[in-house]
Amino acid sequence: MTDAPGIAFQILQSVFVVFAAPLLLGWANQCRAWLQNRSAPSILLPYYTLAKLFHKDAVIASNASPLFRITPYVLFGCMWLAAGIVPVLATDLPFAPAADIIALVGVFALARVFSALAAMDIGTSFGGLGARREMLIGFLAEPAMLMILFTAAFISGSTQLNTIVETLARREFAIYPSLAFAAVAFLMVLLAENARIPIDNPTTHLELTMVHEAMILEYSARHLALIEWAVAIKLFAYTTIGIALFVPWGIAAAGDWGALPLAFAALAAKLALAGAGLAFLETLLAKLRLFLAPEFLSTAFLLGVLGMLTHFLMQG
Amino acid sequence: MGQSLSSQLVNLLAAFLLLIAFAMLSQRRILTLIRLFAWQGAALTASTLIVAYTTGQVHLYFSAALTLLLKVLLIPWVLHRLIDRLQIRWDVETLINIPATMLIGIGLVIFAFALAAPISELANTLTRATLGIAMASVLLSFLMMIVRRKAVPQVIGFLAMENGLFFAATSATYGMPLVVELGVALDVLVGTFIFGIFFFHIREQFDSLDIRHMEKLKQD
Repeated sequence: MTDAPGIAFQILQSVFVVFAAPLLLGWANQCRAWLQNRSAPSILLPYYTLAKLFHKDAVIASNASPLFRITPYVLFGCMWLAAGIVPVLATDLPFAPAADIIALVGVFALARVFSALAAMDIGTSFGGLGARREMLIGFLAEPAMLMILFTAAFISGSTQLNTIVETLARREFAIYPSLAFAAVAFLMVLLAENARIPIDNPTTHLELTMVHEAMILEYSARHLALIEWAVAIKLFAYTTIGIALFVPWGIAAAGDWGALPLAFAALAAKLALAGAGLAFLETLLAKLRLFLAPEFLSTAFLLGVLGMLTHFLMQG
Repeated sequence: MGQSLSSQLVNLLAAFLLLIAFAMLSQRRILTLIRLFAWQGAALTASTLIVAYTTGQVHLYFSAALTLLLKVLLIPWVLHRLIDRLQIRWDVETLINIPATMLIGIGLVIFAFALAAPISELANTLTRATLGIAMASVLLSFLMMIVRRKAVPQVIGFLAMENGLFFAATSATYGMPLVVELGVALDVLVGTFIFGIFFFHIREQFDSLDIRHMEKLKQD
């Protein structure tokens, strides 16, 4: 397990994820601009934004506690850890046994708790409002996410994401209706968890409708950059979880350098499709009223449960 | 191999059918409800065709054609014309709020699956696993008839229930005899027309399609 090629793969994947994540965001934004008939920003815009923010001086409220300062680092760390656990390029990474899918959901929850606490730390009304909304969405999205992951876990007989991906990627082709349910539910959870359009508008400037943006209003410069980067990595991690669960073909095994180009190509193609699909969905949908968010997420939960039930009914 | 692939396809379509049943349960707009009903008919047609092709039962081709004609084309068209005439495009009201309805729906699905499990074990048809889903969609359509307040969604619930029954027949015994199917299809068609006429009478009488008004015995 702890052999050198495995560790090299782990490092490669972790570095790759961190630096490729803003690219996915930039690609999704570019696609969205095209679809909405606007002139598209550069695909590298998220990198420029991050570089700009890192060169600014941070302004921190005088009543901010240390919690407020460490939260960006915690967020970034959590997302990076999550991205290290998910099999993005290769399965059987040395990090993978560290956490199964339940712990993975826990890592996301930890990040959420910290960002909500930091939002309330300064004591502005928008921060508290954003934190409460985020927790409302979070506590509904988490059970749905777990149900989806359990469906995949039942099929492969393990809660290790690694084993799940290996089972699903190396099986003989079969149609699983339960996975179809789970895939739809996963898409809904992905949109909600990453503050995308039907639940939250990432580009809004209207404070009253903000959820995620309201929480980070007080951050500036390098702290804001870290948070923005963490958001990009989170989107990337969620997308790759989706890829790992539902379209895992082409993934390499750790230490298998020969399979790496194919894994890269497959991943790039899937991510390009996912980004375009995300932009398409965001163009198609309108933002829901906040009080319709529970309905949206309970539908996702329902689909997750249905997926699990159909698995038991059809044994496959 | 062909057998197992078509069995998987039928299972997938059954899952799609269940998904549509839930979508109908949670849908607020009548137009979308009718579109969903047409989709349900399309899924039913496809699954009947697959079963017919795999088992070589000729009469299933007829019933698939019948489903396509009636439930995908004719009845949705009639319903569209009806709501145009009645000028009802308002959102559907429900008696219970939608998340609660969905939870009851999950309970019904579990009940149906538990009920169908021993029957499926006895059966050796290609489609045995889908019996539970067929029963679940019957129960879900029934639930929809109960929780909706307006007459049109109730009728759509009734028609969806017939879809579920039809699917149950296909999955349990490869379909009913053609004569029975023809009879049922005719009944559904005639039922839709009669309901259409009823809608006008209800509205003329009560100025609304809300069936709560029919509970009053006297006009004051």
